[in-house]
This record gives sequence, C-alpha cells and structure tokens, in this order.
Amino acid sequence: MSAALSLLDLRKSFGPVQIIRGVSLEIAEGERHAIIGPNGAGKSTLFNLVSGRIRPSSGEVRLHGQAITGLSPFEINRRGLSRSFQITNIFPKMSVEENLRCAALWSLGYKYAFWTSIERLSDVCERAEWLMDRVGLTVRRHVPAGVLSYAEQRALEIGVTIGGSADVVMLDEPTAGMNNSETEHAVALIRKVTEGKTLVMVEHDMGVVFSLADRISVLVYGQIIASDAPERIRENPAVREAYLGQDGA
Amino acid sequence: MTARLSWLAPWLAFALILIAAPRVFPSPTALTMMSLMGVMIIFALSYNMLLGQTGLLSFGHAVYYGLGGFVAIHTMNAVIHNKLGLSIPVIPLVGGLAGLVFGVLFGLISTRRAGLVFSMISLGIGELVSSSSFILRTFFGGEEGITTNRSKLAPFLGHKFGPQLEVYYLIGVWCFVCVVAMYALTRTPFGRMCNAVRENPERVEFVGYSPRMVRLIAFCFAAFFAGIAGGLAAISFEIMNAQQLGAQQSSLVLLMAYIGGVGSFAGPIVGAVIITYLQIMLSDVTSAWQLYFGLMFIAVVMFAPEGVVGWTMLHLRALRGGVAWRLAPAYAAVGPALVATGAGAIMIIELANRQLAEARSEGSAMRLFGFDVDASTLPPWIVAVALFAAGTILVLRLWPRVGDAWGAVNARLHFRGEG
Ligand SMILES: Nc1ncnc2c1ncn2[C@@H]1O[C@H](COP(=O)(O)OP(=O)(O)OP(=O)(O)O)[C@@H](O)[C@H]1O
Ligand SMILES: [Mg+2]
Repeated sequence: MSAALSLLDLRKSFGPVQIIRGVSLEIAEGERHAIIGPNGAGKSTLFNLVSGRIRPSSGEVRLHGQAITGLSPFEINRRGLSRSFQITNIFPKMSVEENLRCAALWSLGYKYAFWTSIERLSDVCERAEWLMDRVGLTVRRHVPAGVLSYAEQRALEIGVTIGGSADVVMLDEPTAGMNNSETEHAVALIRKVTEGKTLVMVEHDMGVVFSLADRISVLVYGQIIASDAPERIRENPAVREAYLGQDGA
Repeated sequence: MTARLSWLAPWLAFALILIAAPRVFPSPTALTMMSLMGVMIIFALSYNMLLGQTGLLSFGHAVYYGLGGFVAIHTMNAVIHNKLGLSIPVIPLVGGLAGLVFGVLFGLISTRRAGLVFSMISLGIGELVSSSSFILRTFFGGEEGITTNRSKLAPFLGHKFGPQLEVYYLIGVWCFVCVVAMYALTRTPFGRMCNAVRENPERVEFVGYSPRMVRLIAFCFAAFFAGIAGGLAAISFEIMNAQQLGAQQSSLVLLMAYIGGVGSFAGPIVGAVIITYLQIMLSDVTSAWQLYFGLMFIAVVMFAPEGVVGWTMLHLRALRGGVAWRLAPAYAAVGPALVATGAGAIMIIELANRQLAEARSEGSAMRLFGFDVDASTLPPWIVAVALFAAGTILVLRLWPRVGDAWGAVNARLHFRGEG
C-alpha cells in the first residue's frame, strides 16, 4: 500500500538556526499518526512545511506519491490535505455556519462561483449542517465564531479543517487548553470525523495520544528519534529519556 | 408565505423611492442632484465591494469610474459621428466593460498583496492615470475635457433622452439593476469568500482558495460597476474631464462608503445620498465645504466608526431590546456639548475663511448664524473659540459616559440573547 504522506530528509532553517534537521517519515493510508515532542521541538514547523505554509530549505514532501514541495497551501489543500492550527485560526466575525460553508465550498466544486446564491446550494448547506452536528455547534450556528468559548472555537477549528473532506487531516494540538471532559469530547469527535482518513496529529496529552494513535513519532530538536507503535514507544529508552521522562509518564 | 416574500419589501421600497422621487422633488436642481445620487450609489457600492466586503482599502477607485466615463463619452461621439445604431441605454454597459478591462489590467498588478501594499499601489495607479491625462490630451481633452450631446444618438423606443427626467429614469433603472446585482453577489460562494479573505486571508488558503484570486475577481467586479457609474455620469452631464478620475473623486467615494457605513450593504447607499446632497447644498452655502467634509470624516471615524447605517442599526437593536432609554442620560449630557463644539468649529472655519480668503474681495462683514459680525474684529472670534474649547473639553470629559451606557446596553442585550 502506498504512503499517504511521505517526508524525505526535510530540513528547515530560520536564519542560521536549523529547526527541522532531516526528517524522513512515511505515513500509511488510513493510519492515525501522532507526533509528540517537547516544546520547541519543531512539531508545528513540520506541519507548516507539509501544508505549504512555509517552504522547506531542502527535502521533499509527497502526498499520495506526488511531490507537493513548494506548492502553495491552497494547491496542497485541493489535493486533499487539510490542517488545523495550534492557535485557533478561523473567520472570527462570520457565524459558525458561514465558517463551515466556507470550508466546504471548494471541495464541492463551486470555486469562485458568482452566479448562484449559497443558500440554493443544497450540498453546501447540508454539508455545513452535517459538520455543525458533528462538532456539536448546531445550537450556536448564528453566533460569530469570535465570541464562541475556547472549547467551541477549538471544535470549530476541527470542523473547518475537515469541512473540505480532505483524506489527509493534520491536527496541531487539538485538545490544548481543554479540561478533562472537553478533552474526552474532543477525542471522540476526532475519532468520529477522521474515520477512514489518514490522521496526523501533534498532541501533548499522552492519554489522547495513546488512545488515538496507531503509530507515534517522537520529534526532538528537529529530528525524529523514534517512530513506532504506542506500546513500543512507551518502552523505548531513548524516548523515555528525551521526552516521556520529563512528563513522568 | 409572508416570511417568504418579506425579503421583497426593501426592494419594492427602493424601487418605489426611485420612481416617486422626481414627483416629490420635480425641480431641475433636484433632478440633477438625484441623477448624481443614483450614479454615486452605484459608485459607492462598487467601492464597498473592495473596502467593506473584501477588506481592500483603495485610494484610486475613481480611475475606473473616470475611464468608464471617458470610454462611454468617446463611444457616444463615435456613434453620433458614424451614425451607428447604438442607443443611450446600452452606453453605461460600454463604460462598465471599459472599467472591467482596466480593472483586469491594474488588478493583476495591485491585488497580488492586500493591506498597505494594495493601498499604496492603488494610490500609485491613481496618480499614474490622472497625470497621463495631461499627456494624452486627445483622449482626456485637457482642461476642458470631452463633451458630447446625448440627444443626437439613435432614439430608444422613441426616447431621445434630451430631458433630464428621462435621464433620471435611465439612471434609476441602471441603479436598481446594479444594486440588486451587487447585493446578489454578496450571497454567492464568491461573495462569501470575499468576506473570508477580509477576515483571515491566511486561513482561506487552507480551505482551498487563493486569496489573491478572490481579490482579483472582487477588484474586477468593483471596476466594472464603477465603470457603469462613470458611463451614466457621462450621459447625465455630457462632459467628462480628468478631475473625474483624480484623487479627489477617489477620496469622495471612500468618504461616502465610510460615512454611510462599510459594515452593511445599505451603508454606502445612504452615504452616497448624504454626501451628494451635502456636496451640492454646502457648496452653495460656504466655499469651505471641503473642509467640512474632512471634519465630518474625522468625526465619524472617531465617534461612529460603524457609519450612519451601522450607528442606526445599533440604536434600533437597543430600541427593540427595550434598553435604549439607558443611553438617554449619557446622550442628554454629551449632546449639548457636541452641539457647542460643532457650532464653535463652524464659526471658526467661517470666520477664518472670510478673513483669510474672501475679505479682500468681499469685505470682512458677514452673517453668521443669523448675526451680523465682522471677521476682522475680536468679539466673534472670542465667542467662537470659547464655544469650541468649552464644548470640546465637555465632550472629552463626558464621552466615557456614552461608552459606559453602551456597555450596560450591550451587556443586557447579550444576556437576553443567551437566555
Ligand atoms: N517563522 C519562524 N522564524 C523563526 N523561528 C521560528 C519560526 N517558527 C518557529 N520558529 C522556532 O522554531 C522552533 C520550533 O517551533 P515550533 O513552533 O515548530 O515548535 P513546537 O514543537 O510546535 O512547539 P510547541 O509544543 O510549543 O507548539 C522554536 O524555537 C521557534 O522559536
Ligand atoms: Mg507547536
């Protein structure tokens, strides 16, 4: 089976400092892959490189075997890769419903259509409705995204990310800042909405990681020091020393 | 059924106003003014596709209005000269297409980036086009501009559009169609993505859209409708000159959109009507009318940044919520102070205008708020400055109360909205 996503010796320097120092990784179709690592390890930077937000200094990214290195974010998104952001990144003055419609439009083929009203596009409306239901925001449909509670905004962030039905979904710390029940809720949500998709997720909460991931990669100081099944990662001495040891997990 | 048809009500009202206006105000001056209002409504709404909908602050939108107008007027002259069959009602479309062509051309250059870069390039293009009007004299007609005679075109259903009333109705029809079209645009996938680009262009890229393409299309539409407005102006006034595409016209349209309110669709319509009215009335009353526009703009930016329509909507919301009375004490306190500031400012401007600009030709004696005063003596100045200073100090001290009152009103509305 071909890899959904492969990274080949990816590197990124900001000025003289190399932040990503040669990352190679294969993520299989349908896999749920977690990337863990200490603060500042370069996890978000890696996401930025893959999703086209920044260009790598060298190396290659392949999506379903096709090179996407250096493409702009919207081109990568159109090829079926969608990502969320660690710091909530939505359309603050637009309502929940409008946010989700925006997320669905391109993938349903409407492009820059200026000859038809959105209300008449039943597939867009239904998709937004379905997304709203999935992320539990149906009762908040008319509320501007900017005034939602933090947990609601995080849910909307996921909704916007999966809105275009991309088959590779990347979530950057989806549960950061949530309390226990919110986290539980979010995990159920992620499990539900990424059914049958490839999931790449950065996460600090080990409970979430071990309950969701098929495989875990540990990124430390810009390099992947281990990439394996959860139980093997738990036992890996290098990982325990570099990362898990700090958390006491 | 009533709910289904209720969306029609504002459109019927708009159509009725357009139809009935000349019967209510039949004088030639009113007719000319209302014709200009119709043109400016289209122009201001086209501008708001950029500013309000897409978040693009252009300083050169008159370029497309003016070029649309020039191409329209040359087309009219060519039609007359060659005895072609084109009649007046389609001329605005020619203006629109001209605006569109230049919109594509300049849009490709200026919409690569948003924000400051876009604004600066729009300013540069504005300067470029208006300075080229001094070079390309055959096209722009130099100081005098280009004139035409609309009644020499082929009649349309028996109408030669000689009388201003016929032109008014032509503008009215075009205005209605353009307003409906521009409103419909805001409801399309493209229109929604314009808003998304305004809100968060970065996120737009991650839902599959190119913000640059959204900006470019918005720019082309805006230029198209501005060109239609220019074409209508060419028909109405039978003259086009370089001023129509210059910086002053560009800031005028910004003023209209902003004062009316860029946050709502109707804002620029109201702004266009108010500013056109004031432009014509004020220029009759005082030669310093442009100064008042500047002051009005500053006042709106400072005290009511949501514009006239946005401001009204906020108050309607408070009224409907039954909490508007909470604003009354604060308004009662700050109102007289604002009036004093305004009166003081008007007196200072008028006295200064008389003394510095007009005294040599017309003497320093003048009438001010019904009093005979002499601008070269001290007393009126003392009254003016005292009024202005006292008013300003009071406004500055009392304004926080308005903010507090709104805080209370919003808290209550919010609470009810939740509960
Ligand atoms: N655009 C940038 N310019 C310069 N340095 C950057 C840039 N983006 C990230 N960095 C640096 O790269 C390093 C890795 O940052 P990154 O955000 O990828 O870490 P992270 O693993 O996601 O951390 P966290 O767990 O805190 O989210 C940090 O030291 C950061 O300061
Ligand atoms: Mg991060």
